[in-house]
Amino acid sequence: MVDVPYDAVIDVPPAEVAEVDLYHPRSWWTRYVFSQDAKVIAIQYSLTATAIGLVALVLSWLMRLQLGFPGTFSFIDANQYLQFITMHGMIMVIYLLTALFLGGFGNYLIPLMVGARDMVFPYVNMLSYWVYLLAVLVLASAFFVPGGPTGAGWTLYPPQAILSGTPGQDYGIILMLSSLILFIIGFTMGGLNYVVTVLQARTRGMTLMRMPLTVWGIFTATVMALLAFPALFVASVMMLFDRVLGTSFFMPSLVEMGQQMKYGGGSPILFQHLFWFFGHPEVYIVALPAFGIVSDLISTHARKNIFGYRMMVWAIVAIGALSFVVWAHHMYVSGMHPKFGFFFATTTLIIAIPTAIKVYNWVLTLWRGDIHLTVPMLFALGFIITFVNGGLTGLFLGNVVVDVPLSDTMFVVAHFHMVMGVAPIMVVLGAIYHWYPKVTGRMLNDALGKFHFWVTFLGAYLIFFPMHYIGLLGVPRRYHDIGEAAFIPSSTHTLNAFITIMALTVGFAQMVFLFNLAWSLFRGRPSGGNPWRATTLEWQTPETPPGHGNWGKELPIVYRWAYDYSVPGAAQDFIPQNQPRATPALQGAAP
Amino acid sequence: MSAIVLFMAVIAVIVGWWLSQQRLTAKPWLEEGPIGDFPGTDAMTWPAAKIGLGVFLAVAGSLFALFISAYSMRMNMADWRTLPVPGLLWFNTGVLVLSSVTLQWAYVAARRDDMENIIIGLCAGGASAVTFLIGQLLAWQQLRAAGYFVASNPANSFFYMITAVHGLHLMGGLVALGRTTAKVWRGAEMPQVRLSVELCTIYWHFLLLVWLVLLGLLTGWTDDFVDICRRLLN
Repeated sequence: MVDVPYDAVIDVPPAEVAEVDLYHPRSWWTRYVFSQDAKVIAIQYSLTATAIGLVALVLSWLMRLQLGFPGTFSFIDANQYLQFITMHGMIMVIYLLTALFLGGFGNYLIPLMVGARDMVFPYVNMLSYWVYLLAVLVLASAFFVPGGPTGAGWTLYPPQAILSGTPGQDYGIILMLSSLILFIIGFTMGGLNYVVTVLQARTRGMTLMRMPLTVWGIFTATVMALLAFPALFVASVMMLFDRVLGTSFFMPSLVEMGQQMKYGGGSPILFQHLFWFFGHPEVYIVALPAFGIVSDLISTHARKNIFGYRMMVWAIVAIGALSFVVWAHHMYVSGMHPKFGFFFATTTLIIAIPTAIKVYNWVLTLWRGDIHLTVPMLFALGFIITFVNGGLTGLFLGNVVVDVPLSDTMFVVAHFHMVMGVAPIMVVLGAIYHWYPKVTGRMLNDALGKFHFWVTFLGAYLIFFPMHYIGLLGVPRRYHDIGEAAFIPSSTHTLNAFITIMALTVGFAQMVFLFNLAWSLFRGRPSGGNPWRATTLEWQTPETPPGHGNWGKELPIVYRWAYDYSVPGAAQDFIPQNQPRATPALQGAAP
Repeated sequence: MSAIVLFMAVIAVIVGWWLSQQRLTAKPWLEEGPIGDFPGTDAMTWPAAKIGLGVFLAVAGSLFALFISAYSMRMNMADWRTLPVPGLLWFNTGVLVLSSVTLQWAYVAARRDDMENIIIGLCAGGASAVTFLIGQLLAWQQLRAAGYFVASNPANSFFYMITAVHGLHLMGGLVALGRTTAKVWRGAEMPQVRLSVELCTIYWHFLLLVWLVLLGLLTGWTDDFVDICRRLLN
C-alpha cells in the first residue's frame, strides 16, 4: 500500500519505497474491505471467483443430471438446459479461471515474488476488484430477471443469440454483454498493474531471467489478455448495439415467426472472427499462468532446479505470440476458404512445439529428482498427465478434416474440458495447497488433501474419458435430450448415467476441499515461514502471513535465480534467492 | 482482420526489440552474484505512470484497430451506403489539432519551469477538447436531422459507435487533464507537474493520431489505400 497515486512522480521505483513512507490504512474498512493492499485484493478476487465458480459447478451438476437421467427431472427443460450451458461456460472460463489466475494469484504473488512492497498503482488495483465484483453481480442478476439468463451458448453466436427463439432474449443477453464489458474494464485496470509492477518494481538484482516462472507465466498472460480482451469488448459493444439499437453489424436479414425483421446485411462470421480473436488467446491466458505455477511446484517438491529454464521462458513468450495467429481454428465449420483452414491448421500445430518443450522439461525436472509426493506435487503431476491427454486430442481437432465431423460432438466437450477445465483447475488446487501456508500461516490438512486429489483426479478421468468415446459415436453436444437414434447404442445411456454419478462425486470432493480450507484456517498445523523449504522470495518474508508492505524495513536483494535446489556442497538443499554468495570456505567444499 | 493483425505485428516488434535488450540468453544458473554485475537488466527506471500509460495506449490502440478491422470487413457487404460526412467534422478536427498543439505548448513550458504558460496551455487544451466534443455532438445532431439514424445503415452505425468510443476516451483524458490542472493550481512540486503534463500531452497526441486515422476511414479517403492492401493480401 505505497502512497503513490497514479499520477505522482516516483523518482525511486516503488520497490524501493521505505517502510516509513507507506500509506497505512486507518480503519477496518480501508484495511479489509476497500483495501489497496494487493494481498487483500487477491483474497477478495479469489473468494468472489470461487463463489461464482460454485454456481457454475452446480449448473454443471444440473446439466449432467439431465443428460444422465433424461426425463427424470421435470424442472430442467430445454431452455434451462441451454441457459445452464451458457452460464457454466462463461463463468468458468472468464469469471473463475481468468479472474483467479490473474486477479487472485497475480495480485498475491507478483509483488511478493519480484520483491516489491505492493502493486505500482494500488488505488487502480482496488478499483479493478470492485469493477470485477460489479461484473459478477450483473452476470448473476440475470438469473432473477424475467426470461432468465441468455441461452446462446458461451460463444454467444449471432444471429441466434438475440433472436426470440433463444432463452434470455429479453434481458439475459443484455446483462451478459454488459457484464463482459465491465469485466474487461476491470481487468484492464488490474492488468496494467501486473505488467507495470513486473517491468518497473522488481527489487534490486531481480533480473528478468531470475524471475520465477510463475511470474513469467502470469506476466505474459496479462500482456496477452490486455491485447486480446479488446476483441471481446468490441464484439460485445457491437452486439449490444444490434440488440438494443437495432443496428445490423452481425445480423443478416431474417424472417422470424413469419415476420421480416428490421435487420439486414450483417455478418455473423464477423462476430466469430472478433470473438475467437479473443477466444483463442484466452486459452493461453489461462494456460500460461498454469504452466508457470506448475514449473515452480515441480521444482520445489522434486528438490531440483527446473530443467531448461531459458527454454521455458522462450516457450512461454513463443506460445504467447503464436496464440494470436490461430484463432480461426475454432471456425473450421463456418465455411471458410480452404486455404485459410490450411494456414490456421499449420499455425495450430506449430504451437505444439513450444508446448511439448515445456512438457519435456517438466518430465526432465522430475527425472532423478527427490520427489516428495505432497499434495501440491500430486496436483502438479495430475496436471501434466491431464494436459498431455487434452493436448493430444487437440492435435486431432487442429486438423480440418478431423475437426469437421467431430466439431459438434461430445468429443470437443471432452477435449476442452481436459485441456482447459481439469488441467488448469488441477494447478489452481495445487497452488492453493502450496501457498495456503503463506496466506494463512497454517498448513492444509494432508489426509483430506490427498483424498481430495485422488477423487478429483480419478473422477475427472472417469468423467471425461468416456465422453471422448461418446463423442466419437457421434453424440451431439448442446442437446438437451439425445433421445433414440439409430447410431447411438443403448449402452451410451448407461455410460451417460455413469458420467453423471462421477460428476456428482467429484463435485462433492470439492466440498471436502472447501471444508479443509475453512477448518485449517483455525485448526491447521502452524506452518512457519517456509514450510516447503522453497527458494523464491515470497517464502523469505519476515512475517507470515506477510505484513503490510511485505518486507519490513529492508527490501530483499536478489543474488541468484529462483531454482537453487540441491546445490552440491551447499549447507541446505535449497538456497533462497536473497542469500548472498556462499563464503569461500563453503565454496571450497564444493566438488 | 488485417488491421488488427498488422497492429499486433507492430506490438510484437516492439516487445521483441525490448526483450532482445534483456539478456534472455543469459544462463541464470551460472550467474550467482550481487547486483550490478549485469548492467541494464534491472527494473525500468521510467516512472511507473509513464510505463502504465504506454501499456494503456497499446490496449487502446488494439481496441481501435479492432474497430477498424470490423469496419473494413463490414463495408464490403452489399448493403453498405457511405455516409456523407458533415462539414463540421473538419472544424472539429482543426480544434482537436489545436488542443494537441496547446498541450504541447504546456509541455514545452513545463520543461522550462514556466508556470504561467503551463496553465495557459492546459486550460486552452482542455477548452478546445471540450469544444471538439460539443462539435461531435452537433455533428451527430446534423446527421440525425438529415435522416441518418444509427440503425438505418451499417455505415451510420459505425460512424456513431466509433466517434462515441473516441469521445469517451477523450473524456477520460479530460479527467486526467482536470486533475493535472488542479495540481498545478495547488502549486504542486515541479517534477510532479512536469510528468503529469507530459503524460497528458502523450495521450492527447495519441488521440489525435487515432482521430486522423478514423477520419480517413469514415470519410473514405483511405478506401483506395485499403483496396491496395486488400489486393496485396489476396
